[in-house]
Formats: sequence, C-alpha cells, structure tokens
Amino acid sequence: MLATFKQKFRNWVRRRAIETGTVTLNQRRIYILPTRQGFAFAFVLVLMLLGDINYNLSLGYVLTFLLATMGGMSMLHAFRNMAQLQFTAAHAESVFAGDAAQFIVHCHNPGLLARHQIVLHDEAGHRTVFDLAPQQSLAVRLAVPAAQRGWLKPERLVLYTEFPLGLFQAWSYLYFDLCALVYPKPAAPQPLPAATAQNGAGKVEAAGDDDFAGLRGYVAGDALPRIAWKALAREQGLQVKQFHAQQGRELWLDWATLPAIADERKLEVLTRWVLDAEAQGLRYGLRLPDVELPPAQGPAHRTECLRHLALFGIGETSQ
Amino acid sequence: MKLTAPLTYGLIACVLLVSAPHAEHLAPWVSAVCAMLLAWRAYLTWSGNALPPRWLLLLITLACVSGIGISFRTLFGREVGVTLLILLVTLKLLELRSPRDAIVLLYLSCFIIITNFFYSQSIPTALFMQLSLLVIVTTWLHLQATALALLPRVRLAALLLAQAVPMMLLLFVLFPRVQGPLWGMPQDAYATSGLSDSMAPGSVSKLSLSDAVAFRVSFAGTPPLREQMYWRGPVLWDFDGTTWSRGRNATLHKPQLDDAEAPIDYTVTLEPHNKPWLFALEMPSQLSIPAELAPDFQLLSRTPVNARLRYNARSHLSFRANLFEPPQQMARALALPPDADSRARQLAAEWRKRTTDGTALAALALAYFNRNGFSYTLEPPALGLNSVDDFIFTTKKGFCEHYAGSFVFLMRAAGVPARVVTGYQGGEYNELGGYYIVRQSDAHAWAEIWLPQRGWVRYDPTAAISPARILSGLTAALPDNTALPFMARNPPQWLRGLRLNWDAWAYQWNQWVLGYNTERQFAFLTRLGMEDITWKKLAMNLLAGVALITGVLALLMLRRLYRRDTDAVQRRYLRFCAKLARQGMLRAPHEGAADFAARAAARFPQQAAAIHDISQRYLALRYGQRSDAASLQAFRDAVAAFKL
Repeated sequence: MLATFKQKFRNWVRRRAIETGTVTLNQRRIYILPTRQGFAFAFVLVLMLLGDINYNLSLGYVLTFLLATMGGMSMLHAFRNMAQLQFTAAHAESVFAGDAAQFIVHCHNPGLLARHQIVLHDEAGHRTVFDLAPQQSLAVRLAVPAAQRGWLKPERLVLYTEFPLGLFQAWSYLYFDLCALVYPKPAAPQPLPAATAQNGAGKVEAAGDDDFAGLRGYVAGDALPRIAWKALAREQGLQVKQFHAQQGRELWLDWATLPAIADERKLEVLTRWVLDAEAQGLRYGLRLPDVELPPAQGPAHRTECLRHLALFGIGETSQ
Repeated sequence: MKLTAPLTYGLIACVLLVSAPHAEHLAPWVSAVCAMLLAWRAYLTWSGNALPPRWLLLLITLACVSGIGISFRTLFGREVGVTLLILLVTLKLLELRSPRDAIVLLYLSCFIIITNFFYSQSIPTALFMQLSLLVIVTTWLHLQATALALLPRVRLAALLLAQAVPMMLLLFVLFPRVQGPLWGMPQDAYATSGLSDSMAPGSVSKLSLSDAVAFRVSFAGTPPLREQMYWRGPVLWDFDGTTWSRGRNATLHKPQLDDAEAPIDYTVTLEPHNKPWLFALEMPSQLSIPAELAPDFQLLSRTPVNARLRYNARSHLSFRANLFEPPQQMARALALPPDADSRARQLAAEWRKRTTDGTALAALALAYFNRNGFSYTLEPPALGLNSVDDFIFTTKKGFCEHYAGSFVFLMRAAGVPARVVTGYQGGEYNELGGYYIVRQSDAHAWAEIWLPQRGWVRYDPTAAISPARILSGLTAALPDNTALPFMARNPPQWLRGLRLNWDAWAYQWNQWVLGYNTERQFAFLTRLGMEDITWKKLAMNLLAGVALITGVLALLMLRRLYRRDTDAVQRRYLRFCAKLARQGMLRAPHEGAADFAARAAARFPQQAAAIHDISQRYLALRYGQRSDAASLQAFRDAVAAFKL
C-alpha cells in the first residue's frame, strides 16, 4: 500500500519534473549533506577538542580549528565542483535484452575550474565517474543492463560528488526523459524459414552457382539439399551452402508458423530471424498477431521490425 | 576510490611524519619496530607482494602490546597510550584493505599530531605540524581525486589549508577557553625539570647542565642589578646529614616585612615544572594570582604549575624579614642531626668561643671558605657519610649547594639560626624582547641567617668563593674545560644574537599562542573593545565572524565559477558590439562578424571604415594565426577609439 503510494508519488513528481533542453546546476538544484565519513570526522574533532581543553594544548586548538574549518570549507568546494555544469540529455541507442543500454548525457563545463570525480548514477545503482577539464564537454555514458525487452527508462538520474575530502556530498537530480528501446534477446542461431516466390508458391529454389555465397556450419533442421556433401567428402565437417537472396524472393517471418513455445521465446526466434535475414540481404516481412509488416529490406525496415518485436504486447508503440 | 601504490606511499609518509617527533621520547625498541614495519610496508608496495596474513599481524600486535606491558608495567596512562597508538597505527598500515582503512589512518594521524603537543608546542613543532598536515591532506585528496597528479594535489591541499586559516584564527581568539582539566590527569603528564623540594650534594649542579628556560621576567621599571637578582624558590630547613629538605613550617604566622623599600614591579612567565612553587625576587610582597606566601617567604601556588603561568609581582630589595620569629621556627633553624660531622661542629664551636654575634660568625665562615683553598666546580668529588666534614676538610671542591649547605650547618652549629634557600640567581637579558631569561643553569642555592633587629639576612657563600658566579654567571665562574652545554660556553656573538632573537620569538609565541587562556582571552577581548564579556556574547561574535568569513570566502571561491571563456579579444569585440547596440544596431546570434560589419557599415556610413577595420582585426585575431601582443593592443585601441 505504502509502496504503491510511493511509486505513484514518484511518478507524479517525475511527470511534473521532466526536463528538456539544457539543465544548468545552480544553487537551487544542488543539495549538500555530510557523509558518514563527515560525521566520523566531526566525532574525531570533538575528541580532539576535549583533549585540547583538558590538557590545555594551545597548539592543539590550532590544529583542531584548522581541521574543522577545512572540513567545513570543503562543503563549498563540493558545491563548486558541481555548480554551473550544464547537462543535456542525448539519445540512447537501442540494445538487445541482456546487453547494457548506454545512456548518454552531455556535460559541459563552461567555467575555468576543473571538475573532479563526479558520479552519475541511476536509482538502481549503476554508476559512472567522470572528471571534466575547464571549458570542455564530455559525453557521459551510463551503462544500464537491459534485462527485458520494452522501454528501459532510468528513474531520475542522480549526480553527486564527494570531492575534495569526502566529508560532504553535493548532489543533484536530473529528470531527463531518457529511454532506450530494448529488443528481445536474439535466440540461438537457427535456420530461416523457407523463402517464397513472389507469387506465393513455396518452393526451395535450387542453388545456381552465381548465387552461391559460402558455407556455414550445419544447424539441426537445415534442409538436406543444402548440405555441402562435397565439403563433407573433403572431411571439412558437415556444412551448409548459403545463397544470396534472389531478387523477387520474399521471406515471411511469421509468428503463426512457429511451434507452440512461450511468447517470449517466439519473439526471440523472430528477432534472430530478422537479424539473419537482414544480414543475408533477403527481403523479409514480419507477421505478428496484431500487426503485419510487408516485406522490405534495409536498416530502417530492420529497425521497424525489431521495434515491433520489442514492444509486442506492451502497447506503447507510439512512444 | 582504490588503494593504489601512490596512496599507500602517501599513507606511509603520513604515519612516518606524525610519529617521527615521538621518536625522541619513545622507547628505542618501539621506534625500531615502527621503522621496520614502515620499511616492510613500503617494500611490499614497491614489490607488489601480498599483505601479511591476519594471523601474522595478530601475532605481531600481541607481541608489541605485551612488549609495552613489560616495559611500562601497565597498559594505562598517557605515555603508554601514545606508544600504543603509534604502534597500532603503524600495524594498521599492514592491514590496509579498503578505502575506509585509509580514512581511519588519516584521522588517526591527525590524532597523533595532537599527542605530540603533550611534549612540545614550540614554533618548530608548529611548523612541522603544518608540513604533516599538508602531507595528510594531499594523501586524503588522493582518495577523492585519483586522477589528479601529485603537484596539483599538493597545491589543492595547500589551498584548502590556507583557506582554513582566517576562520581558525577567529575560532582561536573567540572560542571560549575553559580552564581545564576536565578530568584528572595522570602525573606522568609532565616532563619536568626544575628545582625540587630537597637538596643533596649534586642536585643543583646537575640542573646547571640544562639549558632549558625556567622562566622569563620583564621588569616594569629599571631592572635591579644582576647581583641582586635572587629568585627565591623552596626554602630548606631540615637536614638529615646529607639532604636538605623543606620540612613543615611549624607556624601559620604570616610573614612580616618591615621597612620594605625599593619596590620593583615585574612580570614572570613561568614554564611548567609540575611543582607548586612560584619564583619571585627577594622579598616578594604582592602577587597578581592567588597563591600562598608561606611564613618563610616562599610563594606556593595552590596546584602544581603544569601549564605555563604568568603573574605580576612586587618585591622589595631592601627589607627586614620576620623580625619576630616564633620559637618553634627558631628551634627548626638551629636543629642539626645528632652525631654526624663532629669536626665541623668543633670548628663552629671554636668560632662561637670567639664571638656570639651572628654577623661576625658569618664573616668568619665566609673568610674560612675564602682562605682555605676552596674551589668552585660543577664536578665535585663524591662525599662520604659525614658529608659536611668531608667537604670542609677533605675535598674542598663544591658547587653552590655544597657551600650553602655547609655554611648553614656551620651557622647552626655556632648557634645562629640559619636556613638554605634554593632558587635561581641572575638571568640573561634579551634586548629584542626587553626581558630576562632565567634558565635552569642559573639554579642556585644560598643561605639566610636570622639576626636580631635585622630579621632574615641573605648570605651567599658562593660569592665568597667565586664572585664571578654572581656577577657574570656560571660560565665565567667555571674553568674553561668544564663540560657545559654548548650554548652556555662563550658562543660567537652572532650565534648568541640568533639565540636571543629566537628566544624573543618564542617568548611572544608563549605569551600569545600557548599562554592564551581564560584571563588572557578576557584581557585581549577587552582591549579589542568588547565590554563585559559573556559566553553568550562570545558565541554571538563567533557566529557573526564565522558567517562573515564564510561569506567572503564563498564569494572569492565562487566568483571563478561564473567567469566565462570570453578571452581578451572576445571581450573587446563584445564591447564594440555593445557600442553599436546602444545605437539600436543589434547583432543577431547567428550573425557572423563580417556580415554584421557590412550591415552596420550600411547603417552608419561615416563610421564604415572604422567598423570594417575593427571587424577585420577581430577576425584576424580570433580566427587567423596572428595573435601577438602588438596586434591585440592595436585592436584594443581601435575599439576604445570607436565612437558613434
């Protein structure tokens, strides 16, 4: 109950706070609190002060006050290490589930001060550390492992620094509308379904010498006529002949033709097929229960197919 | 935050620096063990070998702790605590596994610096503290800014420390000083050297080898002559055959000064010596701090002097002290141990037969010392059971305690009430500081006899043997081959000047930094114009000061944040654009300099030449290869001369 309320509140904050364009960190956005190490330091200072009072150590007072002031002043340094930095959200490349999505945030330091040890992390604790020279820009990459297909949206990003002494933490939030599309994880390599002639009559085209593209290792289920018997005779193992796509040949990657396995597995197999078909230069179409993409070829088509596979059943295709 | 090799070296340096000053008073084996452990750690880092296993560390730790237990016979007390702390911190270096360990080490290093102040708070110590702090902070920064090279890191550390100085000074001045201690201090707290409450042959001469400062005196008016500077310390009444001791005053009578004349006002800054007595010129009559003036004119503080103490006093050089002395005290002043030193008694008895007048008897005794081949030496031969007899009739070589002791013995044997007074005699004038330095080497012992109508009168038998001791000091009185501290010999003039210069600094340092206590804080703040100081007021001032300093520092620090990358050329050009803008000629953000110049020239035909000229120069400076100072200056002049 509380958790859902918290989540709701967070969403509300997020919706209100989403920022676009360039965000400049100013004193209204930077928060500072002592760290645990800072409290420990304060404790040590109190002990030292008690010793000074008890033993009447004038030089001890000097040391204690010097350390205390330095510790306190490090708060200003921590603030200064973050202030006036400009952040711009950039795109995030789409990735396959199981890989890490790279969220890129551009950081610009317009001032004359070098910045040290600034940490960018998301709520789940994935982090990256960067330094920034004066008047330099940097594309900060935050790698977030993508566990499952769909949209990967980091909750708000947190920037913090404990520079220079680790006694204070200055931090700030970035509410960028960052998201990365996560495609299903491609299944293990497996043969493409049979291509069909443009008229729709399914027939395996006999290979002409011109179209021969090379050999690849045999995978269970490869058609017998494609096996390279000559290669087998040369004791090169069981290999399969591969052919260039012929113009006018079309491949349908169809959800319905897949055996009865889990939906996610089906999506993984389809993803593998899309990748392979594109790699072999075939024209392919994708048929999902709710959508049908006519056969085409090229990176745009591939991306469109993968996008539908990624968002299948999620219903946020428009985002 | 990774434990890299440079970080480890930094930590080793920290521990080495903060524990090095302790080597002076640590047991030699502890210093040796620490040095070995540090070297081992450095080698491990250098060679990249693994740290020793935990069981081995535990074994070493146990061995060290039991070693300390054996050599100190306790595991409590300050001395032991400091030793333990240093050993454990050094061992911790060998167990450096996480950044947290590094931080613990840094904090402990700071703590060890404080413990060093138990032993020394001099100016060199303060400077060394700065160095140690710089190394500590530099190492500390390494944890947070691993990428930073050593030199920028040192610079940043120095900046952090320098920025802390103003606030430190403010806190130092305004932080309410509590008169410690908050809890009882073990007696081992103080390294002491100074006069004790007893005197045996050799005790004062041993002290004379020490160059340490006993106290410093500045006189309000004309200082007295050197031979009048008898700084009165413990008065010794009781003699057991070898040792003189204070005993207990048999009366609570207040000491009585009659016909006190020639008042002298002065201020004494007494170094801690962990004994209650205070030193004053003979005879003291007033003191600015609460202290007891014993019936024998001995000044006694209520607590042992374990911190530097400053007091004003008034003394009289001419006086009659205790014209009336109660009979119990008289009896003490005549008491002698039974049976010993029969020859000396015999000698005194013979004198007694000649005269009964105290003055005459004293003159006889002094004349005796003067005529019979007595000499003044720091290294007197050992004396037997009958120490007075041995000295007077056999060895005839002694230091002031021998002369004072035997003189009093002879006086008592001759029926004149007498007692031994210990203290200091003389002092070295420091022209730079305008004060006198009295060192342990000025320690002295003399005698007092009680005469009717005159009270207690000072007799210094040493003066009879060696007038130079009183007139010019110890060095002049001793033969050249005596083993004295180097500086007590006749040092070259420049060296002597340097030493006095140094002492003048140390004096100011002691007064203003080390001696800054509740009273001094009060006096200082009053002088600054703060009236009726209360804690509340101090706190308010402190807060205001902290806010002010923080504000100024924040301004200074954050100012740089907002300075943009407008270089000199750009700045001039923007000024040029601003001049045009004032006439309604605004440059669009996308507009290049050349386009803008064309547009502006069309609008202001009279200035067209100037506008083109400036724009050309700007483009050449900014985008061309030319960037010499002359063309920049020409551009600057052109912009300055440009008018619409």
